[in-house]
Amino acid sequence: MQNFWEKNQVRIVPWLFLTPALIMFSVYVVYPIAQSLILSVYEWDGLAEEKLFVGLGNYIELFDDEVFWTSLKNNLIWVLFYLLSPPIGLAIALFLNQQGRVMRLVKSLFFFPFVISQIVVGLVFTWFYDPSFGLLNKLLLGLGLAAEPLAPLSSESGVTYAIVFAGLWPQVAYCMILYLTGLKAIDQEQVEAASMDGCSGWKMLWYIIIPQLRPATFIAIVVTVIGSLRSFDLVAIMTQGGPYNSSSVLAFFMYEQSITNYRMGYGTAIATMLFLIMGIYITYFLTRMLRQERMR
Amino acid sequence: MFPKPIEKTPLACRLSYKAGVWVALALWLLPLAAMLLTSFRSLTDINQGNYWGIPSEWMVVENYLGVFQTTPMGRYMVNSLMITLPTVIGALAISALAAYALAKYNFKLNVALFAMFIAGNFIPFQILMIPVRNLTISFGFYDTIHGLVLFHIAFQAGFCTLFLRNFIKALPTSLIEAARCDGAGEFRIFFVLILPLIRPALAALAVLIFTFVWNDYFWALVLVQSDGVRPVTAGLEALKGQWVASWQMIAAGSILAAMPPVAMFFAMQKHFISGLTMGATKG
Repeated sequence: MQNFWEKNQVRIVPWLFLTPALIMFSVYVVYPIAQSLILSVYEWDGLAEEKLFVGLGNYIELFDDEVFWTSLKNNLIWVLFYLLSPPIGLAIALFLNQQGRVMRLVKSLFFFPFVISQIVVGLVFTWFYDPSFGLLNKLLLGLGLAAEPLAPLSSESGVTYAIVFAGLWPQVAYCMILYLTGLKAIDQEQVEAASMDGCSGWKMLWYIIIPQLRPATFIAIVVTVIGSLRSFDLVAIMTQGGPYNSSSVLAFFMYEQSITNYRMGYGTAIATMLFLIMGIYITYFLTRMLRQERMR
Repeated sequence: MFPKPIEKTPLACRLSYKAGVWVALALWLLPLAAMLLTSFRSLTDINQGNYWGIPSEWMVVENYLGVFQTTPMGRYMVNSLMITLPTVIGALAISALAAYALAKYNFKLNVALFAMFIAGNFIPFQILMIPVRNLTISFGFYDTIHGLVLFHIAFQAGFCTLFLRNFIKALPTSLIEAARCDGAGEFRIFFVLILPLIRPALAALAVLIFTFVWNDYFWALVLVQSDGVRPVTAGLEALKGQWVASWQMIAAGSILAAMPPVAMFFAMQKHFISGLTMGATKG
């Protein structure tokens, strides 16, 4: 026995080390994904013993559901406008990339919105947009930019943009911190060499700095796209998908159908769609990451 | 340095930069500052619509005490802590082990398992929601703290394993081989050699996971329903309906909910940022 252990230790031990994490991950992540995919071809209220097999019925219904298309469209708006956060974050990072104790404090204060809960962000902005006392209307009316108070969260056409704007606040902070870290690692020799050749300002930024920031940009884009597709908290706290589902996103639509309407099968069909959309990004990220792994 | 260090520019430029930074910061944090001020206001101020000016009277103690006395906010805060701390410990423990196995042992499936942990980070919560809810119910853990903790540990293990595996991979393998030559067993190597070396990475992850889990709202909504278990995020949402126009209370509650992660961030800033920006400089 003793001998066996000593001989095979190196082969057995990694599996012992992996076991707890693998069990937890399989039970709470891998198995649920499989379960969801299966459940999406059933009709189930979450209570009944029997699940009714409906084949692709849920998906067919989904493609006829107006709220699905609204949510999908809103997710697209989220992605597109969320993608403003890497460039804005870069701009702020360049603005703040100076040394000194005070600047360190300023940088962390700029990062603040990312640390606090999205629920608090949602509350702050609900309040900011309020038609009767919100700061937005105080400003607009005070500066004479609007004749009467706006109510962004009750406007079917404007509500998603208003929520996305709130979401940009923490997301820009995140991208800013990625770029600040990236800027710290810039190759000084290259910058000096370029500036001796008379390169400066925008040209320097475009040809020397931004190419060196590529890893930061890659991560910023990945987390931004994932974040925008995951958007749930802000919609839930600010509008509950309203008015008339006009601000719904897939994540919220799924929650509403399953928990509020007890349509678990339909809910998982929505989740599957979201999963497939994200799958594209997951695959992209994974292949890139594994390719680099092999190059090392 | 890019852009040019501000010290090397003319005085006028330097001064306007300094002013610009503070103006930008004030604008950036305006919504939060307003919330902080409002948490100090009296109900009279709120009723008169004084939301953005200086409070007419300062109700600092009254409002914050009021939140604890008239609502379960104190309970929610304790619940959040009881959910967050065990999650941090649990996720770090299982991930450190798994990460070491993935980083320093060669075996079939190594890359595949690593890929699985990475992919787990990016999946939408909704694809897990119904099965995880059913599992939790069937375990008898629905509406309990440990039900939430178990799920969070499992999910956060994805990110922690990815992070720690990359960190351990960068440690010199010769260290481990030398220990093996000296006759140290594999467990001893992990606990005595590796664990102390990865302390900075564990610290970085601890603050990040603390923040992620403290701020979680979705799973609190799905796996919990009573005030005795609810964390502060879901609690705030519930109180929002109850308080309706008492914005000074909502503001005070929000400030309280935001405080622990903010304190964590300031206390462990360096670790926090190094965790969050992993990969932003190379790769």
